[in-house]
Amino acid sequence: MISEQLVDLSRLQFAMTAMYHFLFVPLTLGLAFLLAIMESVYVMTGKQVYQDMVKFWGKLFGINFALGVTTGLTMEFQFGTNWAYYSHYVGDIFGAPLAIEGLMAFFLESTFIGLFFFGWERLSKLQHLAVTWLVALGSNLSALWILIANGWMQNPVGAEFNIDTMRMELTDFSALLFNPVAQVKFVHTVAAGYVTGAVFVLAISSYYLLKRRDLGFARRSFAIASAFGLASILSVIVLGDESGYEIGDVQKTKLAAIEAEWDTHEAPAAFTLFGLPDQQAMRTDYAIRIPYALGLIATRSLDGEVTGIKDLLIQHEARIRNGMQAYALLQQLRSGDRSPATLQAFDAVKADLGYGLLLKKYTEQMVDATPEQIAQASLDTIPDVASLFWTFRIMVGCGVLMLALFICAFWASAKRNEEHKPWLLKWALLSLPLPWIAAQTGWYVAEHGRQPWSIGEVLPTHLSVSSVSTTDVWGSLIALVAFYSVLLVIEMYLMIRFARLGPSSLHTGRYHFERTQPAIA
Amino acid sequence: MLDYESLKLVWWILVGVLLIGFALTDGFDLGAAALLPLLGRDDEERRVIINTIAPHWDGNQVWLITAGGALFAAWPLVYAASFSGFYWAMLVVLFALFVRPVGFDYRSKLENTRWRQSWDWGLCIGGLVPALVFGVAFGNLLLGVPIQFDADLRVSYHGNFWQLLNPFGLLAGLVSLSMLCLHGATWLGMRSEGAIALRSRRAARYCAVLYLASFSAAGLWLWLGDIQGLQLVSAVDGNAASNPLAKQVAVGNPGWLDNYSRQPLSLIAPLLGLAGAALAWLGASGRLFGWAFLGSSLAIIGTLCTAGFALFPFVMPSSIDPQSSLTLWDAVSSHKTLGIMFVVACLFVPLILLYTLWSYAKMWGTVTTAQIRNNPHGLY
Repeated sequence: MISEQLVDLSRLQFAMTAMYHFLFVPLTLGLAFLLAIMESVYVMTGKQVYQDMVKFWGKLFGINFALGVTTGLTMEFQFGTNWAYYSHYVGDIFGAPLAIEGLMAFFLESTFIGLFFFGWERLSKLQHLAVTWLVALGSNLSALWILIANGWMQNPVGAEFNIDTMRMELTDFSALLFNPVAQVKFVHTVAAGYVTGAVFVLAISSYYLLKRRDLGFARRSFAIASAFGLASILSVIVLGDESGYEIGDVQKTKLAAIEAEWDTHEAPAAFTLFGLPDQQAMRTDYAIRIPYALGLIATRSLDGEVTGIKDLLIQHEARIRNGMQAYALLQQLRSGDRSPATLQAFDAVKADLGYGLLLKKYTEQMVDATPEQIAQASLDTIPDVASLFWTFRIMVGCGVLMLALFICAFWASAKRNEEHKPWLLKWALLSLPLPWIAAQTGWYVAEHGRQPWSIGEVLPTHLSVSSVSTTDVWGSLIALVAFYSVLLVIEMYLMIRFARLGPSSLHTGRYHFERTQPAIA
Repeated sequence: MLDYESLKLVWWILVGVLLIGFALTDGFDLGAAALLPLLGRDDEERRVIINTIAPHWDGNQVWLITAGGALFAAWPLVYAASFSGFYWAMLVVLFALFVRPVGFDYRSKLENTRWRQSWDWGLCIGGLVPALVFGVAFGNLLLGVPIQFDADLRVSYHGNFWQLLNPFGLLAGLVSLSMLCLHGATWLGMRSEGAIALRSRRAARYCAVLYLASFSAAGLWLWLGDIQGLQLVSAVDGNAASNPLAKQVAVGNPGWLDNYSRQPLSLIAPLLGLAGAALAWLGASGRLFGWAFLGSSLAIIGTLCTAGFALFPFVMPSSIDPQSSLTLWDAVSSHKTLGIMFVVACLFVPLILLYTLWSYAKMWGTVTTAQIRNNPHGLY
């Protein structure tokens, strides 16, 4: 039996390193595009200030990018070090997008980032512009492939279990690519990255405007960030990935959990704005509900039903019983009985094999599971409702706040009076943490909401771990936390130092702290 | 599309190509970083060394990342067994690699001497440790690693990190460390001038000798020592489903030399390693660093091919349960995945080579202390 502690520690380590990695990724995604836009304006207008903008925001981009690369390495190593059975069981499908990500995206991004920083003197204006766009393209392609991989964990299409190799194997590559969950996730995630970049530039530019220095530089940065940010936040909200929650059982369960929908209501379901979900009693106390809203958001229709948790539990228990049968038939097949009857019987229930594997947490044999164990395993199929309910609402709340900010900022920037609105500038500066809070809570919803599965309906998280000792994982977890904390302190120190210094850090002699030449307006 | 058997063979070659690509490109920046405190005596000289690799190290490192991704996609069992089995070795490499992105980018952003010197040592360790550990890992592959699969194909590893640091493993570590330091030194000889180029020349000559000695010693150990290789007993069905437990393996291939006696032409690999290092030594001695770099590159290709040819068709032999050994025939992905990934590789590898070469061409030239002095804030 796999120890609970090993599973919990491995999950904790993965969650910690993934969330830490995603402190840096969204800023890379967004800033890369902002740099490309700024440099396009530079090439079109020939104005020096736009090149300075690319170089200065590029410096901050570099400080952030370095930790993105560092923490990204951990992610690639970790599937193998800590999730070896997962790697074997689904590597045939999951490994492909990861390898393609390397070939198509990482090489592009990492090769051209060197030229971005060091190629200013050696490339023509147009060549350098192309390099910057290729960096942005590379980082976005990398997001595409990793989200195709992640989308497949949520909704594993185009694959089938193979009894000879004891793993899932790819049957339809285009289903993997055009997995609707992956597509929705990609748009939502990269747009959230663009928002992060825009809030970052907007907040720091507002700081310069509040301090009344480097006004021309700050005003132009503010303008680009507010326009880009408004377009991006609209995409995040309009293309929010709730629309993907009707696809696949795991997504349905996740939807029911984040909405604390205990019962299946008549369509269209009401949206619970606030409340205190009680998972034991399966009810939500003090709920404030908006009629029709959930049905509209989740199913985009007035007659689509949102399945409640109690009904999902009944379905899941039936699937667990089927899964037990599938496992028993699999043992029979592996012991050499390949008669057509057995194969046919297995084919009929093999879609539920994963549900059967949920019982491995309680009994090694599975076929001897007691009714209590089956009931317990089916309760396991519902993730923690209260935390999902709240993190989801925090994410949405941050999104709404940022939408309001970008509307005001864009309006002020179009009227060219943002520097006379200190309340707006202060608001923008204080909003700096919002995109990170939204991204972290969003990933919590997406990945905790997937539990107890590592691959939805196919492979329980419990079975996915490596056969390493808890001591090993304790050791690596502590070492990672220590290493990451030191790196984060150093990164924040440099980031704050250079953000405060502003474009003067370029040593061009044109900016506030140098004062050798009059500042350009 | 190619049949399953051919694709399995093609992927053995492709994994080799990715590993060689990693050693050829990231190899010189790991080597140069490992030699950093030795070859750069003051801050400016160290910045010269760092700036010869600054535009390229990140792209180079992607060869490693892609090799990892390709293992995951094409050889999932090898990925699972090696990364979880070599748990602490992998983490040590990972922690060493952590220092590099931040070290390169952050080091020269502050003027403080202690700050810069700390990062210099960090970068040195970040180059040294991976160069050493990769060699140790290869050495242990030749010894066999204590892995075992159960009927569900769950892998378990019955050993610990310290057991990897055995004499033969450490000798193999010395081979790869001296090889990559040689590569770094010949690179620096090409891209720097004056005192740094002079010191690189000396370093290259020392490393070449060290490589020749350790590589030959490892060869002699395999030839005359008591290392037992494995051989496949059951016939290979290249088109069979990939399951390592379906084969029969016997101990008894002393020193993994069977392939070399059966196919004498394969001896070209170790000879290339030796000749490459000799060329690097001669090139460095004659200050023809282009030739020296060619020599160190050939040494890398020769060395990796030597190990690959010896193990063929094994890629991860087990020391405790021969049947659990992984070969290129039975640790692989499905026919479909191998086919798709082959097409993707055919499309992208040439494209990658093309723009990588363009970026090297654009950044080519000697880096000097004068350049650092003229552009102290724009360079690393």
